[in-house]
Amino acid sequence: MSFEKTALMLFRDVTHWRTGERFTLAVQDGVVVPAPARPGPGARVFEARGAVVAPGLVDVHVHLREPGQSAKETIDSGTRAAAAGGFTSIACMPNTDPVVDTPAWVEWVQRHGEAAGHCHVLPIAAVTVGQRGEQLAPLEALARAGAVAFSDDGRPVTSAAMMRRALEYARPTGRPIICHEEDPTLKGDGVMNEGFTATRLGLRGIPAAAESVMCRRDSDLAELTGGRVHFAHLSASASFDALRDAKRRGLRVTGETCPHYWVLTDEAVGDYDTHAKMNPPLRSDHDREACIAAIADGTIDCFATDHAPHTADEKAKPFTDAPFGIVGLETALGLTLTHLVGAGHVTLARAIELWTDAPRRVFGLPPVSVEAGSRADLVLFDPQAEWTVDPERFQSKGRNTPFAGWRLRGRVLATLLGGRFTHVADAARFERPAVPAGAAR
Amino acid sequence: MTSEMVAAVPTPPGAGIFSTSGTSAGVATAPGELGIPRQDGPPPVSHAADPRHFLGLEGLTRPTLLTLLADAAREREWLKHGEPNRRDLAGVTVVLAFIEDSTRTRTSFEIAAQRLGANTVVFASGASSLNKGETLLDTVRLFEAMGAALVVVRHPSSGAPAWLARQLESIGVLNAGDGMHEHPTQGLLDLLTLQDAWQGRFEGRRLAIVGDISHSRVARSAIAGLTTLGCRVTVCGPGTLVPADVEELGCEVSDSLEDALAGADGVMALRLQRERMETGLLPAISEYARLWGLTPERVDLLAPEGVVLHPGPVNRGVEMAHEVADGPRSRILTQVANGVAVRCAVLRRCADAIRRPHGFTAALAAAAASTSTSASTSGAAGGREGSR
Repeated sequence: MSFEKTALMLFRDVTHWRTGERFTLAVQDGVVVPAPARPGPGARVFEARGAVVAPGLVDVHVHLREPGQSAKETIDSGTRAAAAGGFTSIACMPNTDPVVDTPAWVEWVQRHGEAAGHCHVLPIAAVTVGQRGEQLAPLEALARAGAVAFSDDGRPVTSAAMMRRALEYARPTGRPIICHEEDPTLKGDGVMNEGFTATRLGLRGIPAAAESVMCRRDSDLAELTGGRVHFAHLSASASFDALRDAKRRGLRVTGETCPHYWVLTDEAVGDYDTHAKMNPPLRSDHDREACIAAIADGTIDCFATDHAPHTADEKAKPFTDAPFGIVGLETALGLTLTHLVGAGHVTLARAIELWTDAPRRVFGLPPVSVEAGSRADLVLFDPQAEWTVDPERFQSKGRNTPFAGWRLRGRVLATLLGGRFTHVADAARFERPAVPAGAAR
Repeated sequence: MTSEMVAAVPTPPGAGIFSTSGTSAGVATAPGELGIPRQDGPPPVSHAADPRHFLGLEGLTRPTLLTLLADAAREREWLKHGEPNRRDLAGVTVVLAFIEDSTRTRTSFEIAAQRLGANTVVFASGASSLNKGETLLDTVRLFEAMGAALVVVRHPSSGAPAWLARQLESIGVLNAGDGMHEHPTQGLLDLLTLQDAWQGRFEGRRLAIVGDISHSRVARSAIAGLTTLGCRVTVCGPGTLVPADVEELGCEVSDSLEDALAGADGVMALRLQRERMETGLLPAISEYARLWGLTPERVDLLAPEGVVLHPGPVNRGVEMAHEVADGPRSRILTQVANGVAVRCAVLRRCADAIRRPHGFTAALAAAAASTSTSASTSGAAGGREGSR
């Protein structure tokens, strides 16, 4: 990997995300370097007291919508949103139009991600041709082209036999199969979680078991094949149990969950609010508590947003007709710091690990740290700063969030990719009188 | 992998961009202190309380329900005498938008509107040719632009009338049945029928509702209305047709038809759709009839004055036997007769609220305007977070 030559930048008095130590972070030529005792002329110095520095966040579950659905999101707008949310690497789902199921499309996504330049874009390729569940996609060639994982996300691999073959065939690539766990026969025409709110509103329910029975099936298939299974966006108590059991059995099974599953319940649907419609659906309070427990006890391997932008027109439909999905990139850190760390469920270090080192381990991505020698894919955030979620200010084209108007604590100050700023929050507000270049204090 | 990266935000050399306001990395926040939406403005607008619309019985207060029932009873007296049409709704155009077939409900609304002197326009369309909400919205906006004051909506999607009410500026929306959600005029006519049968007293009474609770908007409206008025409700039916957590609506659930009927002051049998067999929710009609059909012996388990209701049309021999449908306890024809009276009362309530945009309605409009400016996304009026 090569980086552009960049001047020495010093971030004074930052807090180390893991150790809590105060130190001066130095970045030069795209990498973290030891802070020089006396910076030479030309160095840029940033007063960053109160800022926590951590490796750039990683989101392993994003819908960038390109190719084909650029009214919802583009690779450019989606990766801008990622940078604004503190992310430096995102993995994007292949359920686009056309589906990313050939090496050429994998390369196309990668190339456009690189050209946009706001974060690393790691394509996920389809498991089956057209995500139709009928014929295996060329998994080996897709991996060689750069696919970091395989998934028919958006729809489950319904046939157990097909999932078995995919796990067997993908095994030598070392890439996981990301499973959107949902039994289509149990889901039926369901549009929200089965339970009181669905009953009250007269909406068809999706039982939690629609997810958990497939987790059980794919755990057993992981055992049968020795393949790598990764459960996407887990939402249900029984699914967390399934993941816990799979680990107890020593299977190569991992799983992720998303902020909305630990923050909200199906009551958020309220009066047919389509901004609370996503798949899997928001569940009961029991499930929400089980989600937090699974995070706290280490069952959950990493976090993801399932960022799923839609146009305002699409979401402004009657509940049954509106599409599933909410955006998540620009609220992920705030929801994590406010509702997991702030609520005392996990430490700051553990929460950040689940957005950084943990997904890197799960997906075999090169490690990034804030120590000298690492590439400077970094996020600086103020864990105390309070802000109000305003979808109109999102970088994403999607405004479909249930968190509009929410007060959150913890906001991204800046994101660096290879030592360059990809995002700076509220520059005017944080602007200090310019210090002459090199004038270290 | 990626190597060339472009800085999105140029920063002036040497500028200190970070505030010094923060303290340390340790965050200690009391749970619940943050994350709740800001509530600077008035509380979210409740459409249940907006008299321009009639969207459901859920959320209507006891006084509102009793006033509507009293109005409906007066309308019924007037209708009985066959006098010429009135002029209460003269100059009011009522659009009947039926995106799902229903001859009875549509006719009942149409008669009610015309008896009160309104102009009626029927816009009927099968779900196949017009099933997308935005097309309906566009169409209703046309009617709104032409000066229609009220739109009566029957729609296969639960929540569609409430959604329409949120999108429209000046037109009142009446729910004539939305998906599996509510059928509030049916609910009101059921209440009126029971009020007569029960000498005006709902407290201490109990109604059993039998059959396909899951898919029934009639059941949801009845449960909402009756529980508000202090009547107990017991629902029962095959396990595949009783929805999850239904008891949280305020009713009781029984697995046994006999238990549900024993001593009840009335029973409402719900219509069974043949489709339930095709989708595997029931094995056979004959089995349903045997287990859940109302026979003369079964209805004799009711209290002596107990009555039998059915939203119609009755599948005789399935939901109930001939002898029950036509028997002395049956109030099925009374229900139909009450339908027009109830719809007169509801149409008048909404039309009055539209024509007098003062007081409550004006305050509501102001509240809606201020919430829509403080909440940044459209359709925010429903209350965003968990609280409903």
